[in-house]
Amino acid sequence: MIRRLRPILVALVALTFAGPMAFAAADDAKLSASVQQLGADDFDAKIAAVGELAATPDPRVVKILKALEGGELYVAKDKKVVRAEPDGDSFTIFEPLGGEKIGTATSDDIDQIVVNNRVRGVIDAALGALNLFSGRRADRLAAALDLVKHPSAASVPALQKAMAAETDSEIRQDMTLALAGARLNSPDKKAQLDAIAELAGSTDPAIFNVLSALRDSPDLDPEVRKADEHAIGAISQRLQLVRIGMTLFEGLSLGSILLLAAIGLSITFGVMGVINMAHGEMIMLGAYATYVVQQIFVGYLPPGWLDVYLVASLPVAFLVTGALGIALERSVIRFLYARPLETLLATWGVSLILQQLVRTIFGAPNKAVANPSWMTGGFELIGGAFITYNRLAILVFCFVVLGVLGLVLKRTSFGLHMRAVTQNRDMAAAMGIPTARIDALTFGLGSGIAGMAGVALSQIGNVSPNLGTIYIVDSFMVVVFGGVGSLFGTLAGAMSLGIVNKLLEPVSGAVLGKVVVLIAIILFIQRRPRGLFALRGRAAEN
Amino acid sequence: MTKTRLFDRNGWIAFLGVGLILIVGVPFLNILPSDSPAHLADYLVPLFGKYACYALLALALDLVWGYAGILSLGHGAFFALGGYAMGMYLMRQIGTRGVYQNPILPDFMVFLNWKELPWYWYGFDHFAFAALMIVLVPGVLAFVFGWLAFRSRVTGVYLSIITQALTYALWLAFFRNDMGFGGNNGMTDFKDLLGMPLQSGAMHRGLYIASVIALGLGFLVCRYVVTSKLGRLLLAVRDAQSRVRFLGYNVAHAQVFVFTLSAVLAGIAGALYVPQVGIINPSEFSPANSIEIAIWVAVGGRGTLVGAAIGAVAINFAKTYLTGSVPEAWLYFLGAIFILVTLVFPKGIVGLAGEWRGVHRRPPAENLADEKVAP
Amino acid sequence: MTVEASRATVSAEFSASILYLDGVTVSFDGFKALNALSFVIDRGELRCIIGPNGAGKTTMMDVVTGKTRPDDGKVMFDDGKYDLTRLDEAAIANLGIGRKFQKPTVFENLPVFANLELARKTVRGITRTLFARLDAAARDEIDAMISRIGLSGREQVLAGALSHGQKQWLEIGMLLIQDARLLLLDEPVAGMTDRETEATAELVRSLAGDHTVVVVEHDMEFVRSLASRVTVLHDGSVLADGSIDFVQNHQDVIDVYLGR
Repeated sequence: MIRRLRPILVALVALTFAGPMAFAAADDAKLSASVQQLGADDFDAKIAAVGELAATPDPRVVKILKALEGGELYVAKDKKVVRAEPDGDSFTIFEPLGGEKIGTATSDDIDQIVVNNRVRGVIDAALGALNLFSGRRADRLAAALDLVKHPSAASVPALQKAMAAETDSEIRQDMTLALAGARLNSPDKKAQLDAIAELAGSTDPAIFNVLSALRDSPDLDPEVRKADEHAIGAISQRLQLVRIGMTLFEGLSLGSILLLAAIGLSITFGVMGVINMAHGEMIMLGAYATYVVQQIFVGYLPPGWLDVYLVASLPVAFLVTGALGIALERSVIRFLYARPLETLLATWGVSLILQQLVRTIFGAPNKAVANPSWMTGGFELIGGAFITYNRLAILVFCFVVLGVLGLVLKRTSFGLHMRAVTQNRDMAAAMGIPTARIDALTFGLGSGIAGMAGVALSQIGNVSPNLGTIYIVDSFMVVVFGGVGSLFGTLAGAMSLGIVNKLLEPVSGAVLGKVVVLIAIILFIQRRPRGLFALRGRAAEN
Repeated sequence: MTKTRLFDRNGWIAFLGVGLILIVGVPFLNILPSDSPAHLADYLVPLFGKYACYALLALALDLVWGYAGILSLGHGAFFALGGYAMGMYLMRQIGTRGVYQNPILPDFMVFLNWKELPWYWYGFDHFAFAALMIVLVPGVLAFVFGWLAFRSRVTGVYLSIITQALTYALWLAFFRNDMGFGGNNGMTDFKDLLGMPLQSGAMHRGLYIASVIALGLGFLVCRYVVTSKLGRLLLAVRDAQSRVRFLGYNVAHAQVFVFTLSAVLAGIAGALYVPQVGIINPSEFSPANSIEIAIWVAVGGRGTLVGAAIGAVAINFAKTYLTGSVPEAWLYFLGAIFILVTLVFPKGIVGLAGEWRGVHRRPPAENLADEKVAP
Repeated sequence: MTVEASRATVSAEFSASILYLDGVTVSFDGFKALNALSFVIDRGELRCIIGPNGAGKTTMMDVVTGKTRPDDGKVMFDDGKYDLTRLDEAAIANLGIGRKFQKPTVFENLPVFANLELARKTVRGITRTLFARLDAAARDEIDAMISRIGLSGREQVLAGALSHGQKQWLEIGMLLIQDARLLLLDEPVAGMTDRETEATAELVRSLAGDHTVVVVEHDMEFVRSLASRVTVLHDGSVLADGSIDFVQNHQDVIDVYLGR
C-alpha cells in the first residue's frame, strides 16, 4: 500500500513546485525511469509507475499511458521498454517517450507488457487526472466530472493537487465531489467513513449514484454499508424535496404561460362578458409580430442590437393586436353585446379568417423565433434542478403584466370608467362616460395583452398559424375556473391548474393528465358554476 | 299553434314528397347506365349520404340550440362517438382479412403488440350490440354530463364553454394509442357491413337510403317534440328559465331530456357517416368541427328544423366545392359566413325565405335579454 | 329534497298561518339584505308589504320562493307543514306558491294561450308534458282565464307583443291558473295606467279569501285602495305593521321615508 502510494506522493511534491497548469517538459531522466519501471514484472510496481507518471503533467505521459493500456508497450531483449506496432509478421519499434523509430523486431524479440484490470483502472484514473491540469477549462471540467462519475482511489492525490490550484468554482465543486468519491473507494475504512459522512450533506444526484454504487458493491464492511445507507437516505430525502420544488416550479411556469394566455381573456370575457373565440389568434398575431420584428432587426440593424428585439416586440405586438381588437369591437362585437352565443360564433369566424390570412402571408410552416442571448440557457439551482432563463423570464413577465394591469384598473381614470361601465352601463352613460369608447378601449386592452402574451409564448413554442388554437380552450378554462370577472381568480386559476397538471404528469402522462384536469374542471364548474372567486350577490345573478 | 299536430296537410305532402324523391330518385339515377346523360356518378351517392348524416347532426343541434337555447359545442363529439361505435363493429368484421390476419385483434392492436382484446371491445362483433352502443354511448354521456350541468344551472355561454372542454378532452384522449381506439390513425380499411361488402354500388345506395330514412325519422321525432307541450316548455325555458321554475317545472329535467335525445340523434348520424366515408379518426372530435355544426344551423335558420338540414347541406356543398377548386378560399368563406350570418342574417335561409314570401309566421326568435352574461 | 321530507310536525305556533317567517337572515358579502325578518301571513289574507329601496322586499320573495337560501331562520308554509328553506323553486311552486316578478315575465315567444297552457296546473313530469293533449275542459278553463284577464280575442298573439299592462295581467292569470294558494305579487301595477291600476286593484281584492295574496308595492294610492293590513320593511326587518293609516302616521316610518 505505502509502496504504491509513495511514488505518487513524491510526484505530487514535485508538482507543487512545477506548477500545475504548465505542461512543461518534466525531467526526462525521471520520466524515463518511470517508463522503465512499467516493464517490471510486479503489478504493484507497474501501478506505482503509473501513479508516478500520473502526477507528471507532460503531454508525452498521456501517450505512454494510452500505449500501455492499448497493449503497445513491450519489453525488448535488453530489458528496455519500447513501443511497438505490428507490421506484418514483425514489429516496428519506437522510442516510448520521444517516438523516434528504433528499428524492427520479431515477436520473439519483445515481450508485451501485460496489464490486468487493476492496472487498467489506475491508468484510466491517471489519464483522467492528467486532464485536471489542462490549460483549457473545458478539459478540466470534463476531467473532474469524469472523476465524479468514475471514482478511483488512485486519483485522490492528483485531485488534491489540482484542487489546490483550481480557481473556477464550478470545477472546484466537481473536484470536491470527485475527491470524496475517490475516498469512498479507498481501501482504508476510516477514510471511507469520513468520506461518507462528508458526502451525506450533499444534494447531488451524482453523489447519490456514487453512494448507491458503493452500497451495491459486494464485500462491503457492514459498518461502512450502514453509514452509506444512512447517507443515501438523507440525500434521497433532500432530492425528493428538490423534485417537489422542481415540480412546483414547472407548475408555476406552466401556470404563468396559462396566465399570460388568459389575462387578456379575463378582461374581454371576465369584465365585458364577450366570448372572444379569436382570442387565441390575438396571441398568434403577437407571436408573428415578434417574428417580423426579429426579421427587421436581423435585416436592417446592427447584429449587436439583436438582443433587444424581444423588448422592442412588446409594444409592437401590443399596438398591432390592440388596434385589431378595437377594429374588431367596432365592426363586429358591438352589434352583438346582447347575444353572447352569437358573439361566440362571429368571433370564431374572425379567428378562421385571421388564421388563414397568416397562412396566406407567412405560409403554413412554423417560423423560427430565436431566444435572445440573455434568455438562452439557464442555471442549475441545486440537486439537478435546472431552471431555464426563458421560463423564468416568462414567469416574471406574467406577474409584471398582471401588476401593471391591476394598477391600470385600480388607479387610472380609464380603469375607473371601465369598472363603472361594467357594473352599470346605463348609470355610467348618464354620468357622461363615453361607454362606446370605453368598450372599444377595453376590448383593445384585452387584445393587446393577448398580443404581448404572444411575444412571450413565441419564446417557448412553435410560431405557426395554429398557435392560438392550442391556448384557447385552456384560456377559457382558466378564466371560468378562477371566477369570471376576478383578476385574482384568474391568477389563482392559472397557477393551480399549472401545478395540478405538472403533479399529475408523472403519474398519468402529459396527455391523460390534461384530460383529467379538464374533466376535473368540468366537474368543478358543476359544483361552483361561478368559479373559485365568484362575485356573489344580487348583481351577479342577473 | 293551438292544435298540436306534426304537420298540416300541405306539410305532410311536402315531407313525404321530398322524402320519396330523395329515396327513390338518387338511387334510380345512379343505376341508369353510365352513358346515359341522366346518370348520377357513383362517387356522388356516398357524398349525398354524407350530407344526409350532416343534416341529421344539424337537426340534433337545432333541437337543443334553436328550441332550448343550449348551444352545445359537444355535438361533434357525440357524432364521433356514434361513429367510433360503428367503426368498432366494422373493425371486428374485418376478421382475418387484416394485414396481420389476426382473427380477434384489429391490426392496430397487433401492431402495438397487444395480446388480448380490451374488455370494452367485447360484443362489437355483433351488429345489434354495436347498434345499441351507438345509441347508448352518446346518450349516456350526454345524460350524465347534462344531469351534472343543468342541475347546477350551468347555461348559456358557460355551458358552451364546458361542452367545448368536454370535446377537447375527448379529442386529446382519442389521440392516445393506449385508449385502444387506434390512436392518431383511428380505424379504417373496413371490409363489410352485415356480411355484405362495403365497397359496392348496392351498399352505397343502401347506406344512402338508410341515411335519408334516418334523417326523415329524426326530423319527425324532433318535430314531434317541438310541436308538443314540451316543445313550448323548452322555448319557455330558453327565454325565461326562472319563470318556468316558479311555475313548478323542473327545468333541468327538460334540458337533460332534450340534450340526451339530441346526442342520440347525433350518434346515429355519426354511425351512418362512418361506413360511407370509410374512416373514423380523432379529428372528428376537433372542437372546430363542433362549432362548424352551429354555423350550419345558423345559416339554415335556428329553431326551424328544416333550416338546419338545409344549412348543413348548403355549407357542406360549398365546402366540397371550394376545398376542391380553391382550397385556400374555404376558410375565408367559412369565416365570412360565421360573421355575416350572426350580424346580418340571424334568421338564416328559412327566415329570409319567410320574409321574402311575406309570411309572418315568426320563427321562434331568441329572447335576447335572458341569456346575458353576468359581469 | 323531497316535499315529504320537508314536512315538519304541525305545532300550535303555526296554526292558521299560511306563511310563517322567523328570524330570516340573508347576507350578500357582508351586506344584510334580510336581518332577522319575522312575520306571519294568515290564510286568505291580503297583505301589502312596502318599504324603501333596498329594504329587502324582493329578497324576501326570493327566500319564500326558493331562489335564495337564507343563512338563518325559518320559512314555513301551510300551518308549518312545509319547511320552504329545504325545497327548490319547482317544488315550492307545486306546493301552491305563485310569484309575479317585478318586471313582467311572460314567455314572449309563445302565444297568450300557450303561456296559460304551460302555467295550468298539471302533472309537471317530462314525459307527461311531452305526450300532453289538451282536453275540452282544459281548453275551456284556459279560455275562461283569458277572458277574466281581459285578453279575449288575443289568444294567439305572441305574449311579447302585448302591452306592459297586458303582460302584467297575463302573468297574474298564469298564477291563477297555476292554482296558487299563496300569490306573491311584486309591484303588480308598475307601469300601468290609472284605469289599469284600478282594474288590477279590483282583481286583487277579489282574489283574497280564496287565495292568500301578498303584494309588494311602491304605489301608496294602490296600497290604500286595497284596504289591507300593511307591513313596512326597512333594512331587512319589519319596521311597522298595521293599517295603512297607522303606518303612515308611524314616526319611524315617516323618518325612514321622509328623512332620506
